[in-house]
Amino acid sequence: MSGIPHDHYEPKTGGERWLNSRLPILGLLYDTLMFPTPKNLNWMWIWGIVLTFTLVLQIVTGIVLVMHYTPHVDMAFRSVEEIMRNVNGGYMLRYMHANGASLFFVAVYLHIFRGLYYGSYKAPREVTWIIGMLIYLLMMATGFMGYVLPWGQMSFHGTAVITGLFGAVPLVGEAIQTWLLGASAVGQPALNRFFSLHYLLPFVIAGLVVVHIWAFHSTGNNNPTGVEVRRGSKEEAKRDTLPFWPYFVLKDLFALAIILAIFVAVVGFMPNYLGHPDNYIEANPLATPAHIVPEWYFLPFYAILRAFTADVWIVMFANWISFGIIDAKFFGVLAMFGAIAVMALAPWLDTSSMRSGRYRPMFKWWFALLVVDFIVLMWVGAMPAEDIYPYISLIGAAYWFGYFLVVLPLLGVIEKPLTPPATIEDDFNAHYEPTTGGTKTLVNPAE
Amino acid sequence: MLRTFTLAAVASLGLVAAPAIAATEVEIEDYDFSFEGPFGAYDEHQLQRGLQVYTEVCAACHGLKYVYFRNLHDEGGPALPEDQTRAYAAQYEVFDQALADGEGDFRPATPADHFPGSALPTAPDLSLMAKSRAAFHGPYGTGISQLVNGIGGPEYIASLLAGYEEAPACAPEDFPGYYNIAFATGGFPEECVDEEGHHEVPGSWISMPPPLLGDDVTYADGHAADVRSESADVAAFLMWTAEPKMMGRKQAGFTGVLFLSILAVLLYLTNKRVWHKVKHGRRDD
Repeated sequence: MSGIPHDHYEPKTGGERWLNSRLPILGLLYDTLMFPTPKNLNWMWIWGIVLTFTLVLQIVTGIVLVMHYTPHVDMAFRSVEEIMRNVNGGYMLRYMHANGASLFFVAVYLHIFRGLYYGSYKAPREVTWIIGMLIYLLMMATGFMGYVLPWGQMSFHGTAVITGLFGAVPLVGEAIQTWLLGASAVGQPALNRFFSLHYLLPFVIAGLVVVHIWAFHSTGNNNPTGVEVRRGSKEEAKRDTLPFWPYFVLKDLFALAIILAIFVAVVGFMPNYLGHPDNYIEANPLATPAHIVPEWYFLPFYAILRAFTADVWIVMFANWISFGIIDAKFFGVLAMFGAIAVMALAPWLDTSSMRSGRYRPMFKWWFALLVVDFIVLMWVGAMPAEDIYPYISLIGAAYWFGYFLVVLPLLGVIEKPLTPPATIEDDFNAHYEPTTGGTKTLVNPAE
Repeated sequence: MLRTFTLAAVASLGLVAAPAIAATEVEIEDYDFSFEGPFGAYDEHQLQRGLQVYTEVCAACHGLKYVYFRNLHDEGGPALPEDQTRAYAAQYEVFDQALADGEGDFRPATPADHFPGSALPTAPDLSLMAKSRAAFHGPYGTGISQLVNGIGGPEYIASLLAGYEEAPACAPEDFPGYYNIAFATGGFPEECVDEEGHHEVPGSWISMPPPLLGDDVTYADGHAADVRSESADVAAFLMWTAEPKMMGRKQAGFTGVLFLSILAVLLYLTNKRVWHKVKHGRRDD
């Protein structure tokens, strides 16, 4: 698919010509900033900028934190406390970094669910989607390793649990676990390598973000209607799009300012709300916390991990068919990674010819249920594995897989989609009368 | 040691049938601390009283190893005058490796030193107690009560210190520890559990003897020194030791919200202006 036709950069001054003929960096910046963007994007298209900002925020605060942090089992906890007490502004740096991780995941989940609803993953944007999923996986790895660094009780015992998951892999599990930790148990080697990787991975993420943007700048943005920008001529494309600068930069910055105001309120007034109090106790291998709970952003997948206990028939069946190689623990690990894998495979599981969920009457309900399912899984992931909670996890996990493996493929066959507007321009004009100067009293999604 | 991890790991994953942990009911009182809410500030007189309780009662066993003596002088904290801070530090002795030609020797502490760690190995350090005991994630683990009522670590500490009661009749005479209605994780006698596994009485048995009996200290400002006031004072002091920069943080939060709100309004107006032509006029005119 060729790109959207638009005006390219023309060097105007001698200096620009001189530089651009040697390194076309000005052209690259111009084309990126002036990229033709569908003019009917709604407020769910702001999360990309929020995520980019958060990545920079995390890298900048993180680099300064590293200047004061000591990755040693006897000193890590103290060094974090020294940052909180004796480094100028250190308490803000650390609280922003810790809550920045939460902001990152809030934004990424909204970004992912935006993509799932409006069919942003569908052809021709599969590569953008897959790279996004890789970024999400790396974010989880980075977030997890960052949580280990303060060396509190949850850091330590959480690491023991999560690396223990790899120990569940048959035959080679124990070897993998030892290789990950650099020892047979969580200790100095683990802390050192997690620190190293926690510093490295954000830059890998930054690189993938560039590829992510490159990919959707090649295909063009999706939009709430799922209708492609007309590419017949420059004139046609101009009727469907507006340049990213200044229209979308200003819109995104406005949204970012509001989100940051909320973020700063959380950091300023309740910075420990999303953290676990036990992490203010220095790691002690001999005292295990009563409930080991991961950070909130892992909870949905943690719930799926715990859902498949040995008394679930599918686990028993897997155990029997694999001659006992797949036990409940390994099945749980497979389910957790599988839950992300099926999401990554959404472009090929969704058989519907209609891209946007806006014109899919049945899909809407199944999607709404998926959002509810995600929230329920997040809640049940924080609950102890007793009473009714394992059943709720199991139902939630079953629906998660059911949505991707059954609902998406079947809906494309049985659902009769509505007719979307013929062009993006039509959709936009339906909200804003182009000549009369008055708006309809509708909620204006493209405002 | 290794076995402990694996058991913990497996049990927490819920992959083996973990024995159901009977929920312990605790009674936490909602104290009205001066530092609650977005604009709350520490009451320096209360912090000074709390410091006195800590020094004369708690310090016998518990340390404050992350707190420096110089912090006692901090504005927004106990704000002791400089000479008092020096005199306070000098009550403590620290080991200095540089003394006696590298042999090391004890010397009186200066404001640059930090408080000692716990004197009793089983007594936890109190520096961060108010933050590490802030877990009131009810109802249904949502943390709403913590958010709405502001109930957290200091309430827990105060409730615990004032929570010692006569052991209930169901408990055997020789059951180890002291009955406390605010303590969740201590021992609990079988005799006080009913057939359905519910605890008949709140709290559990803690190994720390009741530290405050009332009038344990004589406050210079003539404030009442009953168990409840002493508990509240030392809890407020421990909130300060856990979060000494709370005032700076709230100030930053307030400034940040204000600044970003103004910025948001300006960006909103700019955005509206820029889009106006596109939405309400022909683009080409």
